[in-house]
Formats: sequence, C-alpha cells, structure tokens
Amino acid sequence: MKSWLTTTDHKRIGLLYFWTAFVFFLIGGLEALIIRAQLARPEGLGVSAETYNQLFTMHGTTMVFLALMPLSAAFFNYIIPLQIGARDVAFPRLNAFSYWVFLLGGLFMNASFIAGPLFGAGRLSVAPDAGWFGYANLTSKQFSPGPNIDFWLLGLQVLGIASLAAGFNFIVTILNMRAPGMRMLRLPAFSWMTLVTQFLVITAFPVITVALVLLMFDRFFGTHFFIPAGGGDPILWQHLFWLFGHPEVYILILPAMGIVSEVLPTFSRKPLFGYTVVVYSGVLIGFMGWGVWSHHMFSVGLGPIADSVFAGTTMLIAVPTGVKIFNWIGTLWGGQIRFTTAMLFAIGFIAMFIIGGLSGVSHASPPADLQQTDTYYVVAHIHYVLFGGTMLGLFAGMYYWWPKMTGRQLSESLGKWHFWLTLIGMNLAFFPMHFSGLLGMPRRIYTYAPELGVGGLNLISTAGAFLIGLAMLVFLWNIVRTRRSGAAAGNDPWGGATLEWAMSSPPPVYNFTVIPHVASRVPLWQTEHHAPMTPLPATPPAPIHVPGGSWWPLFTAFGLPTMAIGAISHQLWLVLVGVAVVIVGIYRWAYEPFEM
Amino acid sequence: MPLVLVAVLLVLTACSGPFPQSVFAPKSDFSTEIDSLFWNIFWWAVVVFLIVETLLVVAIARYRARPGAATPKPVHGHTALEIGWTLAPALILVFIAVPTMRTIFATAGHAPEGALRVEVIGHQWWWEYRYPTLEISTSNELHLPVGTPIQVEMTSADVIHSFWVPALGGKRDLTQGRTTRIAFRADSSGEYWGQCAEFCGVSHANMRLRVVVQPDSAFQRWVDRQRAAPVAPARGSLEEKGQQIFRRSACIACHTIAGVSPGKVGPDLNHVGSRATIAGALFPNNSESLHRWIANAPSLKPGALMPPQNFSAEDLDALVAYLQSLK
Repeated sequence: MKSWLTTTDHKRIGLLYFWTAFVFFLIGGLEALIIRAQLARPEGLGVSAETYNQLFTMHGTTMVFLALMPLSAAFFNYIIPLQIGARDVAFPRLNAFSYWVFLLGGLFMNASFIAGPLFGAGRLSVAPDAGWFGYANLTSKQFSPGPNIDFWLLGLQVLGIASLAAGFNFIVTILNMRAPGMRMLRLPAFSWMTLVTQFLVITAFPVITVALVLLMFDRFFGTHFFIPAGGGDPILWQHLFWLFGHPEVYILILPAMGIVSEVLPTFSRKPLFGYTVVVYSGVLIGFMGWGVWSHHMFSVGLGPIADSVFAGTTMLIAVPTGVKIFNWIGTLWGGQIRFTTAMLFAIGFIAMFIIGGLSGVSHASPPADLQQTDTYYVVAHIHYVLFGGTMLGLFAGMYYWWPKMTGRQLSESLGKWHFWLTLIGMNLAFFPMHFSGLLGMPRRIYTYAPELGVGGLNLISTAGAFLIGLAMLVFLWNIVRTRRSGAAAGNDPWGGATLEWAMSSPPPVYNFTVIPHVASRVPLWQTEHHAPMTPLPATPPAPIHVPGGSWWPLFTAFGLPTMAIGAISHQLWLVLVGVAVVIVGIYRWAYEPFEM
Repeated sequence: MPLVLVAVLLVLTACSGPFPQSVFAPKSDFSTEIDSLFWNIFWWAVVVFLIVETLLVVAIARYRARPGAATPKPVHGHTALEIGWTLAPALILVFIAVPTMRTIFATAGHAPEGALRVEVIGHQWWWEYRYPTLEISTSNELHLPVGTPIQVEMTSADVIHSFWVPALGGKRDLTQGRTTRIAFRADSSGEYWGQCAEFCGVSHANMRLRVVVQPDSAFQRWVDRQRAAPVAPARGSLEEKGQQIFRRSACIACHTIAGVSPGKVGPDLNHVGSRATIAGALFPNNSESLHRWIANAPSLKPGALMPPQNFSAEDLDALVAYLQSLK
C-alpha cells in the first residue's frame, strides 16, 4: 500500500492511471445508459430535466477529462519510457503528482453528485448542469445560482494542472531521454503522436485555464467578463473555450492514431507505410488544429468572411487526416495480416473514423452546418470520432499492451466477442443519430415530442448503447479471467518491432538491463540494412540505481482540491490551508534527499 | 454494416410527411440553398466512403496471413502515392469549398428592400415576436406571409438561444446584447415546427415554436385581428367573471392584456385564444391544458417562472373561459 502511494515508477503510475480512468469510463458509460434509457421513447421514462442536464454534462466532462485523456495518459506513462529506451520519465515525482491531482480532481467533480445537502440544495445531486462546453452566460450566477457550475470550473482547473504537469514531463522525456541512436525520425509513431499531443496540452490548457479564471471571477467576485448586462460578452467564452476545445479534440484523437500506427505494422508484419508522412501529418494536424475553432460557432453569426475562413481551414485539416488513413491502408497492403483482437480494434478504428471524418466535412461547410449543429447529427459525428476513433484505438492499445503491462494475455476469444459487440453496438447506437438529428432532434433535450417521428430511431440508438454496455461486461469478464488464469505473455507475444518488446513482461523496475543502442525504426525486426537488435541480457551486468518513492507528490496534490473545497464552500481559511499545503509540499519535495 | 443501416434508414426517412421538423423538406429559398449544398457534400462523401472503405476491405481480405508465408517485403513508403492521396482529397474539397463559399454569401442574412421585418427575442423558455412595421407582437407562434422576403432580427433577453425552423432555414443564435440576422422567403403555406437549438437551461427541451406561413390575405386577416383591442367579455358572462378574477390575481404582474394588465415578464395574452398551442408550443391550446397549466406550470415545464396558482375550481373555469375568449 505504502509503496503504491509513494511510487514514482512510471509503470505503476501508468497502471494507477489506467484503473482510475477505466472506473471513470464506466461511470461515464452508466451516465450514457441512463440518458439513452430516458430517450428510448418520446416524452421520456421519468428522468427529470434537472437530472438529465446533469447527466449529459457529466457524461461529456467525464469522458473527455476523466476517461479518454487519462486512458491515453496510462499508455504514455507505461509505454513511452519503454519505447524510447529510458529507465523512467524525466521527472518521476512530478509524474506521481500529475496522477494524484487527476484522481483528486476527478473525485472532487464527482462528489457533486452527493454534495447537495451540504449546500442546502434540497436535492442530493448538485452536479454540473450547463454542458461540458459550459456556455456563458448560462453559467453566470444569475442563471446558475447553485454550486453546480463551481464544481465544474474548479474541478476542471484542478484537472488542468494535472494535464499541464504531465505535458511538460513527457515533452522533456521524449526529447531528452531517448536511447542512444534513437533519432527523432526513429521514434516510434506512438511516441511521436504523444509528443505532438503534449505540445497541444501545454498550449491549449492555458487557454481554458484563463477562461475558467475569468468565469470564476464572474461567479465569485462579481466581475462581468461574460455578462452582457455588465458590458461583457458571452461570445468571448465561446472563442476561448473552442480555442482550447478544438486542440483538445486532437489531444483526444492523436494518441489513438499513435496506437493504431503501432498495432497495424505489428500485425501486418510490415513497417508503418510512409512513416515520415504519418509523423509530419500528425505535426501538421497539431498546428492546423489551432486555426479551426470557430467552426464550432457557425450559428453564432460571426459574418460571412469569418465563416468562409474557418470553413477553409477546417476543410484543409481533412487532408493530413486523410493522408494518415491512406498510409494505414498502405501498411496493411501486402502484409501478412493476423486478426488478433488488437488488430480488429485498430481496423475498426480506421473504418469508423472514416465515417466520423466524412460527417465532419459536412459540417465544415457553414450553411450545411446551420442545419446540423446542435442536433443529434453532431452527436453522431463526435461519437464516431471519439468512440469509433479514440475509444476503439484505446481498446486496440489495451489488447496490444496488456501482456506487457500485466504479464498475462487477455483472452482472444472473449476479446473477439468484445470487439464485435462493441462495433455492432456503436453503429446501432450512433448511426441512426445522423437521421434523428437531420429529422429535427436537437441535442441536450431530455424529452421530445412524439410527432417529431424520431421515436423509432431513438429506440434503435438505445438498444445499441446497451449492446455497448454488454460488450463492456464481456471486457470486464475478460479482465477478471485473465487476472486469474490468463496465459503468460513472455517478452514478445506479438512479434513487435519496438523496444518495449525487448524486455520481460511486466518489465523489471529498472526497465532495461542495459540501455540498448538503436539503429533503426524497427529495432527488433530484420530490415534491408539492419539485423534485429541483439537480445538484452536477462539480468543487469551492473547494479542499477532506482530512486525510492516519495510522499511529497501526494501531499502536494492534496493542496489543490483543498483550495477548491475552500472556494466552493466560501471558506477563505480552507483555501489558505490548501495554499500552505502546496507550498510546504513543494518545498519539502525540492529538498528531499535523493535516497530514501 | 453502416451501408445496410443507411439503406434501411433512407427508406424510413423517404416519406417526409410525418417529420414536421425535418431538414429534408425545404420550404424557403434559404433552406433550399442549404439542402442542395448538403446533397452535393453528401454524394462526395459517399464516393470517398466507398473508395476508402473498399480499399480497407480489399486490403484485409487479400493480405490475411497464410501459414508458412514469408515475411513481407518491408516497404517504407511511396512518394508518388503520398502526393496522389494528398492532392486527391484536396481536389475534392475544392468541389465542396466553392459552392460552400457561394452559399455562405447567398445566405448571409440580408433580405432585399421591402422585406417584412420580424424581431425575435428569446426568453427562458419561450419566444417573443415583434413586427415593428405592423406594430404588433405575439409569442411562440410566428405568422408569416408566403412569398414575401422576411428579415429576421434576433436577440435574447437572458441566455443564448438558437432559433431553428428546419423547413425555413438554418439555425442562428440569439445572444443578449447582440443582434443576429437571417433572411428567407417562404415558398409554400403551411405550419412548420421548430425549437430552440442552443442549450439554455433546465427547460431547453420545452422551448418549441411554430411558424404559420399563410397566403397574403389570411396573413392580413391575422394581422388585423392582432391589432384589434382584446375582446371585452359580455356583461354577466362566465368570461367576464374570469376577467375579474384575472384582474385580482397575480397574473397581471407578468402578462399583458391591453386595457387590463401591464405585465411584461411573460408572453402577452392579448389574443391568446387565437393561438394553437400554449407554453412554448408545448401543449395544444384547449381548456384541459389551460387548466393544468395555470394550476401548476412548473410541474409541466420544469423551471417555468409562473408559480402554481391556487384558484378554486370555479374560478379556474372562469379564468380559462376568459383566456379562450381572447381570440
């Protein structure tokens, strides 16, 4: 127990990230199932408007910030140091700090579900209820007087710190800790996409941080940044939010693209086709992702010039995305494809992401978007991108790296059930939403009139959602069974090309017995110019120093939610206690002796 | 599998009759422009979808691993292919971008001279409409003449809403402190459904609206009736008793009836009896819904500002009769 609380081992932190994010993913999924049950027929099944608005807000917020991002972070933590030939990340204690802040921020936000009585709210749940996008001026004190929005903005602030700390950590790690010979263009594609993602994190999160600070001032200190009656502008919030929010979309999808770029070559037994193009298109997407935010705002009425410019940039970003898809198909072409579960999920990713990408092009066109935005058509689009894309990619990563992370292989037969149920379920759930949206069903409504004629489509969507739920039960069963009696993995169950497969599963605490010298992009494979890397010795030839754990990251992390709790309960002294905890924690952390 | 779904759903949606809020039945120049642009993009998307998914399926079908096969040749890339599949999507996007730009400017929200001006004001959770040149106002049910250019100018009294009537055009947000515009010309008479499309708080789902597009003569009759003073009830009638109850009640603080009450918070009731629906186009305007609505509005529409009213059954009957008489 103590060893887990004080751990600075990137592998243990990776596992902590994984399990925590997975639990949040299941919670977000349950929220989705209640939403779908309510919408199964017109006029609902009795979920109140208040509860429904909390559920869709928390579903979006949870999936984006507490499930998809940290599930990617689990792989960053576990896999990146192994792929680049490092013993750990650059700042192991900062890494532990990131995790604890993420955990506490997530718990703080979800505590809103039961915190009602503390605020005399007259109901149990005071969860955030203004959508994951939290549009001003609905979030102002006037229109949202309860603590709901405070939970949201303070929780996101805390989570942002976790993301920023991790972002800097991984940039430094990937740039500075590569094994000798691993030049940037020998970096595995997953590590490359992680690097791009982290640059987006450290540039995009400050934007949302500023926006949330302004919102906090509006709500706590009576300023009027977003309040038109006081001279402020609610549209400013939309610009700030989407200036963060669109890079955030790429923060969510690029890691999954990286995973797929690892899985496809391994199971096609061919190196990634057009590696440099895939890498550069990822970098280009990262840059272009900054110039498209107003395509979320075509209905605002920004004028024909602004609409045209953002339509143009948005359509352009489809080009590097398309290039990636062609290169993945190029990787498959001429290969020896093995249909493992990981591979099925990776192929599923491509097939579904194409659909999400094409519907994306249809709302890159502002006039067309005026009929689509804020309808279920867009709900279909984001779920093809974030479930069909990111989530299928993450499942591919889970099946691919599970043996490395746990030493045991997930059952392939249960895995195939998991895959097919997920694929069928998601298409049943999300495909009809294109139609319910275009037939006139707006998003974020807890009820709809039977006369709209979309009851049947919604029933299909609900059935699909529950099928996805069933698929998750199969996956859970697979995890439990594998824990008890999964086949031992060995070093390299798949015949992978990258360094993580050169060591035992799970790897020893020091990772590499000897830091390898890297001579090619696929160090474990035979190429025209290079023989496979010689196997690492089973035991380290010289003793390897591994730093011990530290309590201070955990201690320091507690300061942040303490500040948030102080702020939300309007107890200044508690805020100051939180500040003191952070200062003392950082001081002790900085002067902690190297050995424990 | 998505293709099968497309087929099934296309059949399902082919008949546009029972879908009053569908985007597939455009009834104005604005919505027709969008519709043709959408189908242009749709068919390009279908072409790309078929090409790419076919390549994917062919690849996984052709190159499945066979026992004993040699390790595939490690191909690292192909410059001509990379250039090709960069340029091809870029070229297709040109065919989408050009009509897009044309449509953006064609539907920029400015009606020609002589258009009928309509102001739409969003409230949590109902719509206020003003016709400044006709000097009338109404709520939730917008009446428009067919064939006349309409200039819609929109703003919000509170949070951001979005005015969306799919048959007549794309949606546009209503923001406090700003004026946004759309313009269109309805090309056939009918009753078109719409609703708020921007999440605006607890009863966002219940902020619906109707647009009644009428031939000129019918529209003119409707305007004349709206301009007339509210009907005065006959002496000694049930309606008159209702009017007295109305005068004494809390209703007057929020609702306008010309000559009776000055309230400005809720929808005006001058001609409430002539509307087809109440409560933001949520319920049919009949005696039963009026009874339930006045007795306890928040139970029917969460968050509604109108508190439950404690009238005796007789008083409520009289009040409902009075409201229904305000044609």
